[in-house]
Order: sequence, then structure tokens, then C-alpha cells
Amino acid sequence: MLCDQCRERDAVLNLTQIVENAVTQLHLCEKCAAERGIETTVSMPKTALGEFLQAAQQQAAQIAGDAARCGSCGTSLRDFRASGRLGCAQCYGAFEHSLRDLLRRVHGSSKHVGRQYRAPAAAAPDRHTALDDLRARLQSAIRDEEFETAASLRDQIRTLE
Amino acid sequence: MTLDLSLLPEGGVPWLAASGEHADIVLSSRIRLARNIAGYAFSTRSRDGERLRVLAQVRAALPRVRSLAHSVVVRLDELSQVERQVLHERHLVSKELAGLETPGEARSGSAVLVSHEAGVMVNEEDHLRLQLFRSGFDVAGAFAAAQRLDRELGEEVPYAFHTEFGFLTSCPTNTGTGMRASVLIHLPGLVLTQEIAKVLQGLQQMGLTYRGLYGEGSEVIGNYFQISNQTTLGRTEEELAEHLARVVKRVVEQEMEARRVLLRDAGYIIEDKLWRAYGTLRHARSLPADEAMNLLSGVRLAAGLQLLSGLSVYTLNKLLIFTQSAHLAFEAGRALTESETNLARARYVREALANEAGLAG
Repeated sequence: MLCDQCRERDAVLNLTQIVENAVTQLHLCEKCAAERGIETTVSMPKTALGEFLQAAQQQAAQIAGDAARCGSCGTSLRDFRASGRLGCAQCYGAFEHSLRDLLRRVHGSSKHVGRQYRAPAAAAPDRHTALDDLRARLQSAIRDEEFETAASLRDQIRTLE
Repeated sequence: MTLDLSLLPEGGVPWLAASGEHADIVLSSRIRLARNIAGYAFSTRSRDGERLRVLAQVRAALPRVRSLAHSVVVRLDELSQVERQVLHERHLVSKELAGLETPGEARSGSAVLVSHEAGVMVNEEDHLRLQLFRSGFDVAGAFAAAQRLDRELGEEVPYAFHTEFGFLTSCPTNTGTGMRASVLIHLPGLVLTQEIAKVLQGLQQMGLTYRGLYGEGSEVIGNYFQISNQTTLGRTEEELAEHLARVVKRVVEQEMEARRVLLRDAGYIIEDKLWRAYGTLRHARSLPADEAMNLLSGVRLAAGLQLLSGLSVYTLNKLLIFTQSAHLAFEAGRALTESETNLARARYVREALANEAGLAG
């Protein structure tokens, strides 16, 4: 499995967060985890007990899967199932796996083959406000140690930059 | 703010002109593109302030978007319900954007930009719904103009885009191209020869879908159908538009064939039926909406079969849209009861038909 943050290196760490009864999971490589100040010298659990705990953890995560929330707008998979509407562009990343299946069922494909698009390089007037807003939210997410939200916000900032 | 329809370029409905190919059968061709602006939550999740910023950002970009030059910005959140419904009856805004689904106000920041043949709904389910209308059967023309509008606007405001999933939309049924190509088509021949069920079934097998005159959730009345692509992902925009045009061309041929059969096998019955429809429209004193739409369908067929001459398709198009309830209330300058609406509709139709010169018969 690839690291959810850099999408380059193998994930060695499974970060589980519980925020307002919602369980979210983040798979990180050693480097990205270290960047967040998470100790990774003990990498994957090797003992039988470790494996058991990990399996139990995964099972719990699946049950809680519906409660998983988009780190950016707070929409949960359950909200989406109820309304049929996603909350923001980052929901596509947050619910990537479920969405890929859904898109395949709806459209017969999950791969866009039409027009490719690159957002304009020149800053649109309001983009600065949006960026400032995102940066402020990133700072508070880091302060509150909401790392998944922080990662998603940082992705949005990169897109806008 | 009150709605001044005379400010809208050609009333926002240049497609009524009946200038395109097969205009007596295909009323209009439309391309709709769903787009969201990066950096904001989607409209249904966004706060008032964010929606106002979305609108401000689009307005700021307008001077640099050639396709929207001279466009008029109409704030739906500043209009009365009748005014919003008038725009909906002109196909300029969806029921949802106009705040008509649950009667009340339109959400703050809800607006529509109206240019000549282009329109942009702002803060609908997606931040932007680009619309391009062409009169008659001209999917290719609408498509080319829509692509131009999309490119111009996309250079000024950053769209939410994902390399794998394409243009990101609030509802996954629009993801990918975000494109809905459609035609508004009149198929009385296929309905009268009872071939329509087969044709509609065929459409679905070919990845197309159909609705009534006012899109999603609207009933099919008066033999008017809106045919569009069902899926938006996994095929290019060109493929989707060409596929629709190809299938619709076939449907138009089937409709013309059905009309030939009707005239051949039931000539006088059809002729009598259509003249009666004309007679009712010409003289009735009260016309309920459904009846008017059905009678107008008959007269439109009569004009297409050249049984009736001197009646322009433009007038028929105008009658279809301008006799909808909100248009009549707007014209009257006050809310009308149902019976008042029916009286006003009959008067409008009588006057319009009387104005058309040189009627045969």
C-alpha cells in the first residue's frame, strides 16, 4: 500500500484517529509520518499479538467506514449515501475507493477520457482569499493535531498554488 | 430588484427563432456543462459568504470571457417567486436554483448570467452550470460554442478537476465531462402511431434518457420530449455529443416516417383532429395548461404537415413558453387564480393566432 500523503513510498504506519465518533485511517510512509512527528522506529507489528490487534482494528475501521469523514468539508460517507451529493472536491479523494466502484456502476467506467484541464496559472482575484482561508484552517488543524484534515487542506493549497 | 425581461438579450430565448434545421420537430439543442470552482465547498455544503464569493469571482472574470460579453447578471435571491419561475419557464434556470422545489426563497448568491445564446447558472448544485442553446437541431453548433465558453471561463476561474475522475461535481452522475447534451423534440407522429414506446426503449438501450419539457421530474405533456445522454464519464465530450446527434437524427427520420404513415392511412381523421385543435385555440375563452400544450402540439403537427400555412414555428415556440403560468402572472403584474390564468392563457393564444396573417383553410 502506498503512503496516503506522498503517494510515492510504501506505507508502514497505520494512523487511526477518532474525531466525534468518526474513525478515520491514514496510511503513512516513514518519512511522512516523521514529518508529522510520529515515532516510526517500531514499524509494522511483527508479533502474533500485533497481527491480532491490527486485524481487529481493521475490522472496526470497516464497520465505522460509513462514518469516515472528508477532512476538508466534514461530509461523511453516510451523509453522501443519504443525499447522493458530495460536499467538496476533496470528497473525491476521501472516498476514492467507494466512489470508483460507484462511478463504474453508474457510468460503466471510472476513468475520465475527455478534456484535460489545467487551472489557470495567474491568480484569480479571489484565489488569495481562498488560499488565506485554507492556510488559516491548516494552522488550526495542525494545532489541534487533526492530521488528516491538515493533509487534505495542504493538498487543496497545493492545487490552488 | 425586479425582473426586466427586456434587458435580457433576446429575452434569453433566442432559440425560439426556429432558425435551425428541422426546427418544426426539434425546438432546441442544448449543451450543459457542470463545473465547480476549486477552493470552495460545493454549493449544497457552502455557507452564504462562500456562495457570494463564488458569484463575485465569476462576475470579476466576466470582462475577460468573450462568450459572456454583454451578459446580464440576474440575482435570483433578489427576485419574487413569479419572476424566478418566469426564468425557469424560459429554461434559463433549474427549478432547484430558482428555489421552486420547496417554495420560498432562492439561496443566497443564486444567480444566472444571460448572454446571447449562452447562460451560466451560479450556485446551483454545482457552482457553475454552463448552458448553450441553439435553435432547431444543431447539437454540433451548440457543442462548439459550449466548448469555447468552457475554455474561456476555465482560464479565468480555476475549476475543480481530477486527472482520473475529470471535472468534479456535487453529484457523481455528472462527474467526468460534466456534460449533458440534449434536444427538446416534438414527437406527435410517433405517439399517434404508437411507436413511441419502442423508440424510447431504444434510446435507453443506447445510453440516452428522456424527460418532459421542463427536465428532471417533469411530465411528458404535449408530446414534447427532452432527450439527453445518461452518462458523463468514460467517453469524450465529442463522442457524447456526436452519439446524441446521430441517434436524434434517426429519431427525426422515424418521426417524419410516422407522419407520412398518418397522412397516408388516416388522412382525413388527422386533418379533422388538427383543425379542431386549431379552432379551439383560436376561439376558446379558457385554456388549462395541459389542454393548451396538447392543442398546440396538434397545431404544430398541422404546420409541419403543411395542412396549415402562414403559421410560423416561431409563433408556436413562443406560445409554448409564453403561455406558461408564471409568464401570464408576470404579464398581468399580479398573482392570478387558476381560472384567471386559464382566461389569460386563452386570450394570449387567441391574440397571437389572430396576428398571424394569411391563414389557409
